[in-house]
Amino acid sequence: MTSLVSIKNLYKKFPIHGDLLDQISFSGGKFHLKHEYVHAINGVNLDVDKGEALCVVGESGCGKSTVARTVMGLLSPSSGEIQYNGQRIDNLSPTAMMPYRRKMQMIFQNPYASLNPRMTITQALEEPVRWHQPKLNTAEVKEKVAEVMASVGIDPSWGVRFPHEFSGGQRQRISIARALIVDPEFIVADEPISALDVSIQAQVLNLLMDAREQRELTYLFITHDLSVVEHFGTRVAVMYLGALCEVAPTRKLFSSPKHPYTQALLSAIPRLEDEKPDFIRLKGEVPTPVNLPSGCVFHGRCPHANERCKQEIPKLLDVDGTRVACHAVEEKRLG
Amino acid sequence: MALLEVKNLEVKFGLRTGEVTALRDISFTLDRGQRLGIVGESGAGKSVAAFSILNLISRPGYISGGEILFDGKDLAKLSTKEMRYIRGNRISMIFQDPMMTLNPVLTVGDQMVECLQAHTKINREEARRISLEKLKLVQIPSPEKRLDQYPHELSGGMKQRIIIAIALLLNPDIIIADEPTTALDVTIQAEIMDLLLELCTSQNLGLILITHDLGVVSQVTEQAIVMYAGRIIEQGPTKEIINDAQHPYTQGLINALPQQGIPGERLNQIRGSMPPLHRIPQGCAFHPRCDYADAICEKELPGFTQSGGCQAACHLVAGRIALKAKAEETH
Amino acid sequence: MQNIEASSPSVWARFKGSHFWHSFKKDKVAILSFVIFLTYILASLLAPLIAPFDPYDMTQFDIMDSEIPPSWQESGDERFVFGTDSQGRDMWSTILYGTRISLTIGICAVLLQAFLGIIIGLAAGYFGGRIDSFLMRLADIQLSFSTLMVAIIVLAVFQAAFGAELYQDLALFMLVLVIGIAEWPQYARTIRASVLAERKKEYVDAARVMGLKSNRIMFRHILPNTLSPILVISTVQIANAIISEASLSFLGLGMPPSQPSLGSLISSGFEFIFSGSWWITIIPGIALIALVLVMNLLGDWLRDVLNPKLYKG
Repeated sequence: MTSLVSIKNLYKKFPIHGDLLDQISFSGGKFHLKHEYVHAINGVNLDVDKGEALCVVGESGCGKSTVARTVMGLLSPSSGEIQYNGQRIDNLSPTAMMPYRRKMQMIFQNPYASLNPRMTITQALEEPVRWHQPKLNTAEVKEKVAEVMASVGIDPSWGVRFPHEFSGGQRQRISIARALIVDPEFIVADEPISALDVSIQAQVLNLLMDAREQRELTYLFITHDLSVVEHFGTRVAVMYLGALCEVAPTRKLFSSPKHPYTQALLSAIPRLEDEKPDFIRLKGEVPTPVNLPSGCVFHGRCPHANERCKQEIPKLLDVDGTRVACHAVEEKRLG
Repeated sequence: MALLEVKNLEVKFGLRTGEVTALRDISFTLDRGQRLGIVGESGAGKSVAAFSILNLISRPGYISGGEILFDGKDLAKLSTKEMRYIRGNRISMIFQDPMMTLNPVLTVGDQMVECLQAHTKINREEARRISLEKLKLVQIPSPEKRLDQYPHELSGGMKQRIIIAIALLLNPDIIIADEPTTALDVTIQAEIMDLLLELCTSQNLGLILITHDLGVVSQVTEQAIVMYAGRIIEQGPTKEIINDAQHPYTQGLINALPQQGIPGERLNQIRGSMPPLHRIPQGCAFHPRCDYADAICEKELPGFTQSGGCQAACHLVAGRIALKAKAEETH
Repeated sequence: MQNIEASSPSVWARFKGSHFWHSFKKDKVAILSFVIFLTYILASLLAPLIAPFDPYDMTQFDIMDSEIPPSWQESGDERFVFGTDSQGRDMWSTILYGTRISLTIGICAVLLQAFLGIIIGLAAGYFGGRIDSFLMRLADIQLSFSTLMVAIIVLAVFQAAFGAELYQDLALFMLVLVIGIAEWPQYARTIRASVLAERKKEYVDAARVMGLKSNRIMFRHILPNTLSPILVISTVQIANAIISEASLSFLGLGMPPSQPSLGSLISSGFEFIFSGSWWITIIPGIALIALVLVMNLLGDWLRDVLNPKLYKG
């Protein structure tokens, strides 16, 4: 299988902003400029294969959205590369990036912020078409907009209206239409359903699945909701504190999770069937990404951690078809 | 008689476009040690219900009908002063956003002491001792340290534990929790829910849990209410509602959950979306989205029909039950 | 989904159903202010038609008619409702023409301010980093010179260098330029702040993901969403500009006595106030105060209406 998008050894850190005065510290008789960083992504390697729906899951602050935004070029990586079809794209100029912009699109989390409140739906949808296909005449543009609107279940005659006249679910459909209208091959969806109501979530999820089938799309789907992953994803990557813990085909991950963090995460999903929550309690809290723990970032909360985990950063290794970054699994102490 | 008995509660909002009814015909009871879940999508009126129990609805909203009997007294008719006593001492509330309750410029300890001293005549040391005791009760790690910390020094899960500790300060009879874990991660959510469940048993508390998450309701509560467009459409024992929902909307909600679907297949979606309060259709409010809707559903507001332990407001269920009763008669 | 009608209401119907129109109808102060403001605008636009005399035409006034008190006073003259000034000009006509000049300067100066401020504020907010630091420090420096100080220096130097005659011809233009340039940081700061808030929203990311150019994102997507604060400060800034112009005229650096603005009228009457001719100063003074007050009231009301946090919370 060929990978459509490759994330190679990606790091991203954000300086903790402050004025010059905040940065100056005084110690040992000298003034220093102290630079502090939030280490959002720490060495992520991930390939998205053509046609799959790769889900990235993790709790808030694990860096999953940063991965999405870096892949889309909204953020530039601190180090590492993003490749599309084997071609490095993270260092391209805006003009050189244009052909890739058409192939890669993004769907955002908040349907109330992702549409320009001062543009009608038609304006919002026509803009990308005119921008990327300037050769089309007005009638062709209109036809294309109407076709895509109908395909996401929005009546084309509503195009003259402004976003605030639509409900959250409808707005998310419009956002999806805006992404689909340039005929992309790859879509990054950053928590596209988490701001929506339960009954609407199912509608939007179905829409995304239909679009995948009809347009042969590849998804990078960011979510915190494991039950959505189980339903939607073909493959899952679990992130914790900016690093990948486990990458596995969905069914495999849910039937036999290897990494202790994945196990804890899976046990915490509130299920309809079981009556009492029976979950793996993790000790402590997620450490701050400003001062990362040494070794495995999970070692402070892991019930199976030993000395090696505190020292050495585990690598993603193949263990019966699953890729896991855990010393305990590698040493066969676990699973 | 139950400790809390809500009877035919109705809440209206006077907007400039006219009055809208945000809640109608809400009735339920709750005793100490019972756990009740109120489920619904945003705009269904579940938070309004919670706020109106504590008479916390602010203008332009007001309670326009019905009774909220607590210990035999109607809360809707109490004076501000009497209501304040009830709010602190007998019923407390946990909000979705911890920052709504915690003051960012005061330490946790100061806030707890202040809350205690506002309601009881005790000195500072005693108040601190009680605060510490409650912090231990919510299983917060190193509770002594937390008393002198500011809210921003604590993680989201820890803040929510402190909110629960504050809610427990005056040993209330009932706790109303409005989406207490929506802002939290799954692993923390599981811990907080487990804590609430444990506290209800150990402290003999009544709990009203308001949430959009059916999974949470099924794990924590014994009784459940499903709301749609300002009305209760189904209520009964949680287990029965989850396993054998009667109302098409409840069935739809459960079937729409990704964990109910077959991986990789389309989910069973409910079409359309909930109407806004000022445009609730005539008859059964759910009929435009209902697959089984009949002519009668468009005209007549359905009453409650008993089916097993559940009550559902649906013509379809009523018809089915009537048919069954007839069949039994002829036997 | 069935609750959205297919056709779109007209702009007028949309406006009539809006929160904006509704709160305007309810607010008596806003209605009154708007009516008075409209009267000012109409009066200054129609000045040549309304005014009984042309104050710029030397042949229409006579030095013999000077300092006649308003008509309701004992020694008043029926031809001059508000009396005459020291040159014998009809006060009513002069005030009409003066309002016209004051408003022109106010509006033009604000247009210039808005033009500079919007471009600078957009660039600072959108690009951030060094560009932002540079532009905002520039604004700080500009603000540290008060408007009056800049105006006094520039206008005095201009008068000294090119002579008072050339200055008289170009006075209107110079005043617009000076007041416009001295106050752009107000706009730049307001716009930068709202651009910073808008830039974080996902629709801007969506536009970037589309590959749109920065200019297009700034002007087509972000700018329309910062119009509310622009509208609010514009009203207040027009009032400020009118006051600035009046102050400068009072100091002798504004409009020349041959083409008086409200400020120069007040100033020209000031030396006669103790000799009993109070109307030359007081009447244009009241006209000025009323105009500025009304603009500020409108600005206050706009801010309340357009700030969603204020009316929702």
